[in-house]
Amino acid sequence: MTRKRIVLHFPHRLVDQPIIYKLVKEHDLQFNILKAYVTPQEEGLMVLELSGKKENFEKGIQYLESCGVKIQPLSQDVIRNETKCTDCGVCVPICPTAALAIDPITRKVHFYDNKCIACELCVKVCPARAMEVRF
Amino acid sequence: MKTIKEINDKIKKGQAVVVTAEEIIDLVDKKGPKKAAEEVDVVTTGTFGPMCSSGAYFNIGHSKPRIKLGGGSCKLNDVPAYCGFAAVDIYLGATAVPDDDPLNKVFPGEFKYGGAHVINEIVAGRDVRLQATAYGTDCYPRKKLETMVNIRDLNEAVLFNIRNCYQNYNVAVNLSDKIIYTYMGVLKPNLGNANYCSAGQLSPLLKDPHYKTIGIGTKIFLGGGIGYVAWQGTQHNPSVKRKENGIPQAPAGTLAVIGDLKQMKQEWLTGISMLGYGVTLTVGIGVPIPVLDEETIKYAAAGDEQIFAQVVDYGKSYPECVPGSLAEVNYAQLKTGKITVQGKSIPTGNLSSYSKAREIAEELKSWIKKGDFLLSEPVARLPGAESGYTFKMLNERPIV
Repeated sequence: MTRKRIVLHFPHRLVDQPIIYKLVKEHDLQFNILKAYVTPQEEGLMVLELSGKKENFEKGIQYLESCGVKIQPLSQDVIRNETKCTDCGVCVPICPTAALAIDPITRKVHFYDNKCIACELCVKVCPARAMEVRF
Repeated sequence: MKTIKEINDKIKKGQAVVVTAEEIIDLVDKKGPKKAAEEVDVVTTGTFGPMCSSGAYFNIGHSKPRIKLGGGSCKLNDVPAYCGFAAVDIYLGATAVPDDDPLNKVFPGEFKYGGAHVINEIVAGRDVRLQATAYGTDCYPRKKLETMVNIRDLNEAVLFNIRNCYQNYNVAVNLSDKIIYTYMGVLKPNLGNANYCSAGQLSPLLKDPHYKTIGIGTKIFLGGGIGYVAWQGTQHNPSVKRKENGIPQAPAGTLAVIGDLKQMKQEWLTGISMLGYGVTLTVGIGVPIPVLDEETIKYAAAGDEQIFAQVVDYGKSYPECVPGSLAEVNYAQLKTGKITVQGKSIPTGNLSSYSKAREIAEELKSWIKKGDFLLSEPVARLPGAESGYTFKMLNERPIV
């Protein structure tokens, strides 16, 4: 069983194709769309949690790549700028997945990027604007 | 009983025993206040939080030919500054924003850049753009000035904050059914989160609740450099309700502070943006408390579980000035990350960085231990609970 959160970039020419439909139907994968939108440059962007048998998962990824979809692991997309973060912790109650948490001893804020679903709520809530999005 | 002079003599010899406001708690617990007061000379406090009533003044030097900014207008990196003084004195407030900022027109506004960010850039040694206009006089003929300026060339660059270091603060929640954007951060509807803003057991005025050692003239850590308490801060309100331990249960005393910006550091003066609210400056302050007697150390040893704050609804009560508290909680509870209000468990977040407050208290401790920082004798006391000094609401009257 493989479960990963990935970011898919659809080039302009693929925006009107039923790619996710084919991905799940032909490769027997489960998916949960965390976010999807079309950028002003008409590029499609989707944050997806994808799970299924390892073999199917790999074939699914191959299928996406063969279509021309660019794939990125999610953890690279929301990052914390360590020099800007003041470790105040006001982001902590806002984060829906506890990807941002305060260490009870050091009182420093930890960012667990594997838990992050890139909802971006923290980005504007952070007074120091330390949370950055890099899609 | 010790005097500040005796403590300073020990500091000069490198013999002073200095502990942070956090370390003193365990120490007094173990040794008792009497023994701890004999052993310890100074307790260092710290806080690093948003403090809106902050700003800096500059004297930029005279241009050739001369210009009189007083009565004219002036901007630093497009942020309007006040120049209603003589020829070349300017005061830049932390919350000022450029004239073309969209503000809250597209709600909630982002407030990406303002006076606080300019102050941060100036401290960092970056060049900033000065644009000014004046009406021109016989002795100051020039009407327009546009130049880059840098802190190293300014005659004076002084941080002068008229209200900092609040002694305790509200815990903000939202009882309404809509998300709200406040100076206490984003508050989710129906008690979705609770935001507080204090370093609690490290916070300067909470460790000297009756202002017995902190007064006008007290030398402090300010923005990474040295500053002084100039006066009580605006809205100083010492007569709020206090617990038996003397600690106010609501926002109470405040400090006006001043210091040379040229020796401060950018990491301790950061410009921040509160979504839908505005720009403000996060200021790092550390105040040393001389251990004069057993009483000073008892106050300095108050822990988070002995410091209480009021939970206030910012959905309706705060904006409409409806007094009342939904609950009273202590800082130990707030720090667990959850408090219970009206039977609901809600997550908490702090706007004030506890880890940075700790760094400040440690830094000040190291300055004193090395003999680099001597304590000052306050020249006058701050108005205390018995003074009758209070914070009043505005009495609006029709204009005649």
